[in-house]
Amino acid sequence: MKRYFLRRFLYTFPTLFGVSLVLFFIFNGIGGDPAYQLAGKNASLEQIENLRQQLGTHQSLLHQYKDFLWQTVTLDWGQSWYFKENINSMLLKGLGPSLALTVPSFFFTLLLALSVALSFSYFRSEKSHSLLTWFCLSLMSVSFLTFIIVFQYLFAFKWGLFPINGWSQDFPFVLSFLLLPWFISIIVSVGPDILIYRTLFQEEINKDYVKTAQAKGLLTTQILYKHILKNSMLPILSLLLSRIPQLLLGSLLLESFFGIPGLGGIMIQALQNADFPMVKAITMMSSLVYILLNLLADLLFLLFDPRVELK
Amino acid sequence: MAPIFSSHFKSLGRTPPSIVFAIFCLALFGLITLFVELDLIATDYRVTHYSQVYLPPSFEFPMGTDFLGRDMLSRALHGVSIALIVGFLSAFIATVIGLLLGVIAGFWGGLWDEFIVWLYTTLDSIPSLLLILALSFVLGQGLEHLFLVLGLTSWVSLCRLIRSEVIKQRSLEYILTAQALGVGQIRQIYYYILPNILHIALIQFALIFVYAIKAEVILSFLGLGVEPGEPSWGVIINDAKSELTQGIWWGLFIATTLMFLLIFSVNLITDFMRKKLDPQYHSSH
Repeated sequence: MKRYFLRRFLYTFPTLFGVSLVLFFIFNGIGGDPAYQLAGKNASLEQIENLRQQLGTHQSLLHQYKDFLWQTVTLDWGQSWYFKENINSMLLKGLGPSLALTVPSFFFTLLLALSVALSFSYFRSEKSHSLLTWFCLSLMSVSFLTFIIVFQYLFAFKWGLFPINGWSQDFPFVLSFLLLPWFISIIVSVGPDILIYRTLFQEEINKDYVKTAQAKGLLTTQILYKHILKNSMLPILSLLLSRIPQLLLGSLLLESFFGIPGLGGIMIQALQNADFPMVKAITMMSSLVYILLNLLADLLFLLFDPRVELK
Repeated sequence: MAPIFSSHFKSLGRTPPSIVFAIFCLALFGLITLFVELDLIATDYRVTHYSQVYLPPSFEFPMGTDFLGRDMLSRALHGVSIALIVGFLSAFIATVIGLLLGVIAGFWGGLWDEFIVWLYTTLDSIPSLLLILALSFVLGQGLEHLFLVLGLTSWVSLCRLIRSEVIKQRSLEYILTAQALGVGQIRQIYYYILPNILHIALIQFALIFVYAIKAEVILSFLGLGVEPGEPSWGVIINDAKSELTQGIWWGLFIATTLMFLLIFSVNLITDFMRKKLDPQYHSSH
């Protein structure tokens, strides 16, 4: 067990190294010199030279890579070009609204998808299953952007049930801004989840212990809740754990449409205004968090499932 | 190609009507793309009529006109060809990379395996949306950047699945027999292993295809998709966000409907393939 922990922990270092290489290659390698992009077409050589001094792109690639690594290690990303603010404090500020958007919808989606999948496992007729498949597949076939535009138009603009966009610091009041984004986010993610959970439940239903339980005379509901749900918990858990890192990022589209001041919105503005340090910082920081949380998830999974093979 | 793969298809049995419908839709979309690319239909997608902006659907313009008075139906049909090209080429790039690396890692193992696993673990550690955004951010707009970015970033799960399946197949008796008979390694892969793992690649291809088309819409919204003026569905849907409040619904409607038909068809076929081709996929009925 300890050896597995250690191995898994040590493996994060080559991954970290790889991530830093890939991101450095993207930003400093194929991106060319950002000074040219930033300065625009009519810049003089002097302006470009100034920018290069600021960016550090006049130095050798190795030196630039060293700077990039140093920034990552010290977590010091400096100032955003567009917002003119310290990047770290901006990211911290954006984290709260992003989590307020993603965490509740994550749990609502989980509850809804699990209960739909479980109740359809109770009805085993072929017709109801194809209907459910069709329903989920059609939800998955509409663009996220269409859902947002249409629902915002209908619920907020036309019928005035929710504010069109905005944010507030008071707790109960802020809910009015969050309800519609939560709803859209559930609609978008519930389809594939129902299908995944249903497949997992079906796999369990075909196993022998279910036949034994039926032969013993257990009620179908008992078998579903006590046996099937419990036994499919592990794959579901590993799926959920692998999604936790994404929650931190918030939602690019929802945040920008509903004016939620989270990380997604910051990222969009940074992209649209060619804010290199910001884009770089968000990408690298979230990869760091991703790696850490994945490590944690693997270890947690080990604690939950004694059957995981330790190699 | 190889006899084993075709036997998968023989067991398909009766094709349900929904799949017939899906195949019909895909064929139609394929034809539209062909005709659009050959400049046979929807040739007026760039022609502006400044006196006829935002016309609702009529006999002359079946799906109305946009803010420059361009025929919406022609633009949406052009969107079909852009979507198919982006989806197909992204999925093709990703499948080739994933299949190649997955087979190399799984079959030869050793240092190759270590390197390839390291490579995809690394790519997988960067949130995929951010990776795509960062890449398109530095590459800039354009159709060819779009499928390059989507293809280069979406091969990881395919590669992982192929690798583990190849490792499993490699130790099965038919491969051991082939080895004992002195069949060359390339031949073992091509004639023996590949037919047994191709269904995975096929299903993943379809999944990446759908993923790429959906991603195009989001990237277009962020200004990182096709070049401005090119009528991709993402651009058309994105235009609708300010137009819908003025009652201009036709652009959003036609783009969403066409996209729905395409993705729904592919989803139906993927689901069907999964049930029929994947021996591991259990179904209660």
